[in-house]
Amino acid sequence: MRGLVAGLALAVLCGASAGAQERTVNVYNWSDYIDPKTVPAFQAESGIKVVYDVYDSNETLEAKLLTGRSGYDVVVPTNSPFFVRQLAAGVYQSLDRSKIRNWSNLDPRIMELLAKYDPQNAYSVPWMWGTSGIGYNVKKIREVMPDAPVDSLSILLDPAVVARFAKCGVMMLDSPTDVFSATLAYLGRNPDSKAKADLDAAVAHLQKIRPHVRKFHSSEYINALANGDVCLAFGFSGDVIQAMNRAKEAKRGVEVSYAIPKEGALFAVDVLAIPSSARNVDEAHAFIDYLMRPEVSAQASSFVGYASGNKAALPLVDAAVREDPRIYPPQAAVDRFYTLTPGDAGYERLRTRAWTRVKTGR
Amino acid sequence: MLPATVTARRRRGDGFTRLALLLPYAWLVAFLLLPFLVVVAVSLSTKELGTPPFVPPLRLEGGVPRLAPDFGNYAYLLDDPLYAVAYLNSLKVALISTLACLALGYPMAYAIVRAPARRRPLLLTLIILPFWTSFLIRVYAWIGILAPNGLLNALLLWLGWTGEPLVLLSTEPAVVLGIVYSYLPFMILPLYATLERLDPALLEAASDLGCRPAAAFLRVTLPLSLPGVVAGSMLVFVPAVGEFVIPDLLGGTDSLMIGKVVWDEFFSNTDWPVASAVAVVLLLVLILPLLWLQRLQGDRR
Repeated sequence: MRGLVAGLALAVLCGASAGAQERTVNVYNWSDYIDPKTVPAFQAESGIKVVYDVYDSNETLEAKLLTGRSGYDVVVPTNSPFFVRQLAAGVYQSLDRSKIRNWSNLDPRIMELLAKYDPQNAYSVPWMWGTSGIGYNVKKIREVMPDAPVDSLSILLDPAVVARFAKCGVMMLDSPTDVFSATLAYLGRNPDSKAKADLDAAVAHLQKIRPHVRKFHSSEYINALANGDVCLAFGFSGDVIQAMNRAKEAKRGVEVSYAIPKEGALFAVDVLAIPSSARNVDEAHAFIDYLMRPEVSAQASSFVGYASGNKAALPLVDAAVREDPRIYPPQAAVDRFYTLTPGDAGYERLRTRAWTRVKTGR
Repeated sequence: MLPATVTARRRRGDGFTRLALLLPYAWLVAFLLLPFLVVVAVSLSTKELGTPPFVPPLRLEGGVPRLAPDFGNYAYLLDDPLYAVAYLNSLKVALISTLACLALGYPMAYAIVRAPARRRPLLLTLIILPFWTSFLIRVYAWIGILAPNGLLNALLLWLGWTGEPLVLLSTEPAVVLGIVYSYLPFMILPLYATLERLDPALLEAASDLGCRPAAAFLRVTLPLSLPGVVAGSMLVFVPAVGEFVIPDLLGGTDSLMIGKVVWDEFFSNTDWPVASAVAVVLLLVLILPLLWLQRLQGDRR
């Protein structure tokens, strides 16, 4: 939140001082998703003024993009389903590869995956990636259930297991895409299924664990985990790692950890893209090219605790981050990652309704 | 010379009065009616993947304007009891909060009116003082108070009144508490304004005629303060029904309110037409009790 306010203030100040002659680029990124040194260094080197603004949810970004004239030149949506459906809505312009010299640094594994949705990677390049999985309070979980399956979705989705943690507090992401896909993976079904029967099965199963969930919310669990107000959360890897670091800094005896579910995890890549309404296209390319330098990408990965989509950056990332399997998982875990394709409008309506039903227990 | 000046001044005064009367209307048209018509138009649009993500009801087809409103969004609201449940729950939470504000606010306003005149400004300032801090920060503070490891649970544990932390946060009572806390000044201020105008001679007359203080309150003060009660209740009830921030921060799985439904439809589902339809129905749900209250107040006069 503080980052958001500071970012807005910075954006207003920069916006006010930007002269007519000056080259500028309007960047809209997630809060706490870049090394604070990066923007000043880019401005000093290129002479391009960066008007930097931040958001804290894909939904906020999407609402602005869909109005048509967002005023932003570089945005960082999550690949699927957000970037994919925005691409279909005609929100983006294709990238000019001649202006991105650092293209070859990108991780071919991730490029290949992105190409499933964005053929030939014409519209987007990867920035960072993470998973959704299990955040937990190490001590409390051990107290309640010494042999708790912390690396399995059953800790959240087996009614008999999650019931034991209801008292110390369980939160889940308020995100139908993440929770339904994980439930389907747990039930041994296709996480990317668009079949109504699968959706109904997921809803029926979630109704069984819902009484033990205190709240569905997409950011509150960060503080709740760090303060020890909840002991278990289904959340985003980077956010849980942020909670882990906050708990460590607070020194109040709370120890938070993250586990990638062994049943598989939703693989989320945040991509850099240029909206079709962008007015500073050259500057946007220059900024993206700068972010794709190995040392810049490595600094960001070390700072924010997400994995870089830049292969050349990997050796330069801080060893503590690079060797953390929760951030850079081993190949065996990566092989079990899954991704989601967008459904048609009818399916998305059905899913929203199913999700509200899960949250309200009806 | 003199009559001419007076006439000129009066004429100018008339123009000024007319302008002064025009301003609130212009304001209402520009910032209430026009945006509302936009919302109505979007609620009659058809959802589509694009920018904007809907097809408006009035569009040009080959230079010919064509009106094709989509009433399906409203039908969709009737189709599923979920929306009705959310509306009813919002009304319930708002009603409980309004009654709680009234029960707390009336004695407070009454006490301020009865306080010595020199202390009243200080007491009124204390009522308004919380507004000097951001609303969001004040609601966040309640998370710190109500959380399992929060201040209130620490106190209860220390006193030995409870053996383990109580679940206070993420419940519907927490939402009501947050609304009462945030909106209480909106109840107290209009109540204070009406109670202050009350002529003390009326109570003296009641006493002279043999009416006991309690009966005098019920038969004189309370009926005369009804306009304040109605104004305060509307100021609390109306924003409480559509409240989004407080239920989002303090509520849990059991407190679905209509503000959250609008958010879900608009952001999670990018279904702007259905979100707009929910908002239009919300406005209708709000206007009906408002008209009823206003009529009630008119009858009293």
